[in-house]
Amino acid sequence: MSGTKGINRQQMADLIARQFQDGWVVNLGVGIPTMCSNTDIGDTDIVYHSENGIIGYGSVAAEGHEDLNLVNAGGQNVTLKPGAAVVHHADSFGIIRGGHIDVTVMGAYQVSCRGDFANWKLKGQKGGGIGGAMDLAACAKRVFIILEHTTRDGSSRLVPECDLPVTARGVVKLVATNYGLFEPTGDGFLLREIAPGLTVDEVRAATGAKLTVADPLPTVRLPG
Amino acid sequence: MAAKSKVVGSFREAVADIPDGSTIAFGGFAMPGTPFNLIKALLELGVKRLTLVGNTTGGAQQPRMPDMGMLVENGQVAKVICAFTAATRPTDTLPFTKYYESGECDAELVPQGTLAERMRAAGAGIPAFYTPTAVGTELAEGRETRVINGREYLLEYALPLDYAFIRARRADTFGNLQFHRAQRNFNPVMATAARCTIVEVDEPIVPAGEIDADAVHCSGLFVRRLVQVPPAPEGLWPTKRQERRR
Repeated sequence: MSGTKGINRQQMADLIARQFQDGWVVNLGVGIPTMCSNTDIGDTDIVYHSENGIIGYGSVAAEGHEDLNLVNAGGQNVTLKPGAAVVHHADSFGIIRGGHIDVTVMGAYQVSCRGDFANWKLKGQKGGGIGGAMDLAACAKRVFIILEHTTRDGSSRLVPECDLPVTARGVVKLVATNYGLFEPTGDGFLLREIAPGLTVDEVRAATGAKLTVADPLPTVRLPG
Repeated sequence: MAAKSKVVGSFREAVADIPDGSTIAFGGFAMPGTPFNLIKALLELGVKRLTLVGNTTGGAQQPRMPDMGMLVENGQVAKVICAFTAATRPTDTLPFTKYYESGECDAELVPQGTLAERMRAAGAGIPAFYTPTAVGTELAEGRETRVINGREYLLEYALPLDYAFIRARRADTFGNLQFHRAQRNFNPVMATAARCTIVEVDEPIVPAGEIDADAVHCSGLFVRRLVQVPPAPEGLWPTKRQERRR
């Protein structure tokens, strides 16, 4: 994150986790999304589902207390919360396809104004890494995306139209970047919360699509 | 119920009759439930022109254990059917990717839930099904779709298997299985789709009747052969993943 503006990875995850509502069943993708489970969301009761059939997993296991046969989608050794259950893969994806997941949080290369996103294949690549992303994207009730606002060469990852192969179309409801919280509106993005230390003009200049701004515009709350 | 034991003495013996050209699924998701010992025996057997089915071609995590990619590197594989032919992070490289890019090995990339359901369908006598997954993506181009109740779905076909290699915590001599935690994943699903399911078992195999009928995760009617995993280092066991540097 050195050299990039705005909030860091954990703060982006915190921003998304604060949108979770009591009782939601949440699926966290590999990478920054897994950091949502570190966020202190008070009494909000969340059931974390992992695509490999774990319903109700908890924190990453402490050193020396790992069960090597218990992993989340990223292969990390996690723990179970009281009330946890295990199902096989066809049932786990039945849970996903059946619309029983309230939100899936994923990383992405690009998100478009229309709520399309791309996260499985780079330009010109043969094949790719889909995993459970297409099932989750097509079938979860909501898709939230966490990604860096710009690429290393400075181009916006928030775009009018994805030029990478999409994972699903018209599904993204919320986007957290290091610049703030955004909502795809069809013809642009609505800036709902802005990262501390940034101006709306800076966010607009870094965004490759039309930007509207919430009024009033809250600043992203940081702990401490 | 036939009381004949399905226990086989060695991994070599369990895979010995597998012919060239077979379609073989490997269970497992990350370390849990992965049949490392059977994969190793298949590497040693050297059969060729295999079609392999599983979540990933492997090799993204360290330490590396026997995986699909190793069989590809060993020249034994014609095609893989999986959810990853490349790593999730563009900065990581799967050993398989170069064999795919050069055309040495073919691949069919399938969304993970569709992959599981295609095997479930094969085991349950369903020839094909419609799913919303992958609609509107490159994977759906040129393929049959249908609008049902106003939503578009993609037609996917069942995926029957010749062999399934899986791993379980406990088994009885009839082949009834129990999995521990995330060991379960694809394993009982693959068992239903295969003509011959071979299981490597963590704990000593118990007489039929020792596992309560209500506590069986996969019925022995789907299981043909059982092999007890010996203690390390002779047997291969899951290890702790080494965290990647970021």
